[in-house]
Amino acid sequence: MLSLLAAEGPSVPEVFDLVWLIPAIMASSFAFILFFAKRLKIQAHWIGIPAVTACFIFSLVIAANWIGYTHDVADSHSAESHSSDSKSEDGDHSDEEGVGASDESAAPFVNAEDVVVTQCGSDSHGDDHGDDHSDEGDHSDGEAFGAGETAMGADLELAVSEEGEEGHSSPCPVINEVTWFENGGSAAEGGSDIKIGTFVDGQSVMLLVVVTFISMLVHIYSTDYVNGDRRYTHYFAFLSLFTASMLFMVLSSSTIQLIVGWELVGVCSFALIGHWWEEKPNSDAALKAFLTNRVGDIGLLVGMIILYFAAGKTFSIATINEMAVSGEISQNTLLVAGLFLMGAVMSKSGQFVLHTWLPDAMAGPTPVSALIHAATMVVAGVYLIGRLYAVFFIGFGIDGGTLNAMALIGGITCAMAGLLAFVQNDIKKVLAYSTVSQLGYMVLALGVGAYTAAMFHLFTHAIFKACLFLGAGSVSHACHHSFDMKADMGGLRKYMPKTFWTFMIASGALAGMPPLAGFWSKDEILVGAGAFPGTGGNGTFTIPFIFGMAAAAMTAGYMTRVIWLTFFGDYRGDTTPHESGPRITTPLIILAIGSVFAGFLNVPKQLPLIGSKIGLTFEEWVEPAGVSTFPIIDHGKPSLGLAILATGFGMAAIVVVWQYYKKLYSIDRKATEYTSHWADKNGLLKAGHTMLVEKYYLDHLYTDTIAGGTKGPLARGTYWFNQNVLDGIVNTAGKSATVAGRFIYKYIDQGAIDGSVNGAGAGAASWGQALRRIQSGKVRSYASLMFGAAAMLAAVFIIAV
Amino acid sequence: MFLNQFLIFAAVLFCIGVYGVLTRKNGVLVLMSIELILNAVNINLVAFGAYNSDIGGQVFALFIIAVAAAEVGVGLAIVLLIYRNRRSIDVSEADLLKG
Repeated sequence: MLSLLAAEGPSVPEVFDLVWLIPAIMASSFAFILFFAKRLKIQAHWIGIPAVTACFIFSLVIAANWIGYTHDVADSHSAESHSSDSKSEDGDHSDEEGVGASDESAAPFVNAEDVVVTQCGSDSHGDDHGDDHSDEGDHSDGEAFGAGETAMGADLELAVSEEGEEGHSSPCPVINEVTWFENGGSAAEGGSDIKIGTFVDGQSVMLLVVVTFISMLVHIYSTDYVNGDRRYTHYFAFLSLFTASMLFMVLSSSTIQLIVGWELVGVCSFALIGHWWEEKPNSDAALKAFLTNRVGDIGLLVGMIILYFAAGKTFSIATINEMAVSGEISQNTLLVAGLFLMGAVMSKSGQFVLHTWLPDAMAGPTPVSALIHAATMVVAGVYLIGRLYAVFFIGFGIDGGTLNAMALIGGITCAMAGLLAFVQNDIKKVLAYSTVSQLGYMVLALGVGAYTAAMFHLFTHAIFKACLFLGAGSVSHACHHSFDMKADMGGLRKYMPKTFWTFMIASGALAGMPPLAGFWSKDEILVGAGAFPGTGGNGTFTIPFIFGMAAAAMTAGYMTRVIWLTFFGDYRGDTTPHESGPRITTPLIILAIGSVFAGFLNVPKQLPLIGSKIGLTFEEWVEPAGVSTFPIIDHGKPSLGLAILATGFGMAAIVVVWQYYKKLYSIDRKATEYTSHWADKNGLLKAGHTMLVEKYYLDHLYTDTIAGGTKGPLARGTYWFNQNVLDGIVNTAGKSATVAGRFIYKYIDQGAIDGSVNGAGAGAASWGQALRRIQSGKVRSYASLMFGAAAMLAAVFIIAV
Repeated sequence: MFLNQFLIFAAVLFCIGVYGVLTRKNGVLVLMSIELILNAVNINLVAFGAYNSDIGGQVFALFIIAVAAAEVGVGLAIVLLIYRNRRSIDVSEADLLKG
């Protein structure tokens, strides 16, 4: 088996060595726009759009190579697992079977699959150390976790062979790293290497494509949308920087690189939310986004530090995951680290209690909302969970099938944000709450172990939510930059048909209407939660499932409300709306086409006609199944009943909301809500409505209670501290310095130093006075002195000699 | 015995010279007293030379006589100049170097 593996292991495509170019291109685009665009009188988009297009094409190349590589590895693994089957039948490998059996009983999720765990071998860390130095500054293809290296762990390999549907084997992530700096000597000397590099696997490749694709469309859209803006160059520079940082984060191979990318996208988000900072609410929103994210970043740092020490002083994502899977890090440690990291996820991905910044972030330009606050940056939290999925999976005990913090947070988020979306009048805010809700869905999916469903929903959501945001931008472009659905919109379908139809398609996708993209991904999440009777799932994630089901219905409901208020009824504004230009509508059409077809990438295998051919393609490409850096996860069985139920809920919500507005329209053609209705007189309903309008009072809680409650006492305490302690210290220091100065002046300067100088002078003078008497000027006195002295000398001679 | 008489004589002559130098106010007399001192030394040198049968004592005496002549020449010139400036050769009045 060993030789077979070494011989047949497919080689890693060499193009993966160059993947670092993608963020590098965007970063240089940023630098070029910032420093040269105005000087050379080039319009910024002539730099940004070619750069992002090049990145998109390169990402597609990488994706194609990844897909090819996945197939190669899967083929070689299936050949190999057959050989292992035959051998174990011979009884040669009875111990392997034993390991497999015990493993299966420990993890109930191991389900009827040919699982061959590929050891991605973090033991290749040391041997290429010389490489790093030999071509420093260049990317050295140091730690290619290629399948060829599986030979090293071949004897550790455990094969669980049972009857059932065929699973697939995925390649190990391809990692290229260079040493960034060494802390306390190299790894061999007992210090720790801080490495920077690229991490190519299904998840990062998928995000590469999504980020560059959405970014490219947003770039094109922006040339019209922010045309003539006073900071046009600045805007494109930050779009480039954002894309670069997001790609940098997506490709990060170490947790510290991930933190750097994470913070960089935060900065770009801050800068772009506050793009029109002259208006106070915009700069407030930017600050709010930034500060709320700081709260979560504390969790990120603490969690990463815990993992750093738990994994034996390494920042390597692959190693951390591998140690989490193999049980070298205890579950309690993983749980603590996971809970801290969850804080980061809650802030970045707008999960409940820290989601409040995301709707406010709509103060930024609409294309930015589409790119950053809907499609890419906000999924960074989801990406983080996926990147360190072993940590969360083992830490939260997701394989135990019981309710855990992640699933609960995701569930609460998707339901409560769905409710909030009903009471917003600002079209972008509805979409923002919808984003929060969908992000909750993804976190819920990860929390119930449906990794692929979460990633797939991330993928489809990026497409249709970008389409919706860009559509909202197009609408507002037509209505003189107002986003108020009640005051300035209505009946727009007659004026802007392209926007209307693309918006309809994307809304359908979001609401989960078959066969649009959102239907497939949302259905997979609900299957993952798996509580529906007869699904054959785990049946234990009941609460997340109920939340998810409620959110599915609400999504359909509030999107119907948005569509009615915007596109149906009579126009309520006072200008003449018009369809937007081609640079706005073309991205909309492309994204709408994507919203229709993206879902077919991962249809269930059981689907008639096409299922057997293209079913679960996405899963094959993205999910690192049977790799030692990834936990063994189960997949819920698709259920037709569940799909019908979820769609039925959605349809019912659409019908109810539609009827509500239709009836309203028949009473008053320009009304947007009932003025005197029985619901208004019902105190309970009214209180509920008020609570939703006030956004569960969370902003009040943060601003008034927490910020206000700490601000006053804190200020008073600080003032007291300043007046008494700091001033005391300063005053005491001043006073003691004065006293010391006076003492020194009096005694040391005046006494000792001046005394010695004066004394020397006075001594010299008095000696001079004494000696000048001898100098009489009389020859005879000199002579008598001389003779006297000579006589004395003679006397001395006589006495002495 | 023979030597003692010369030495005592020389010592007396030396003391007379010293007395003259210390007591006389006249510059010329002071110079003459110095000559006495020098000649006392000359007597000593000649006496010791004869006593030790050494010609060196007499040679030294001749040198001293020659140097004394020169010294007296210089000294008389100084006295003459003092006289020209002050119309007096009283050395006790020439005290311009008083400190």
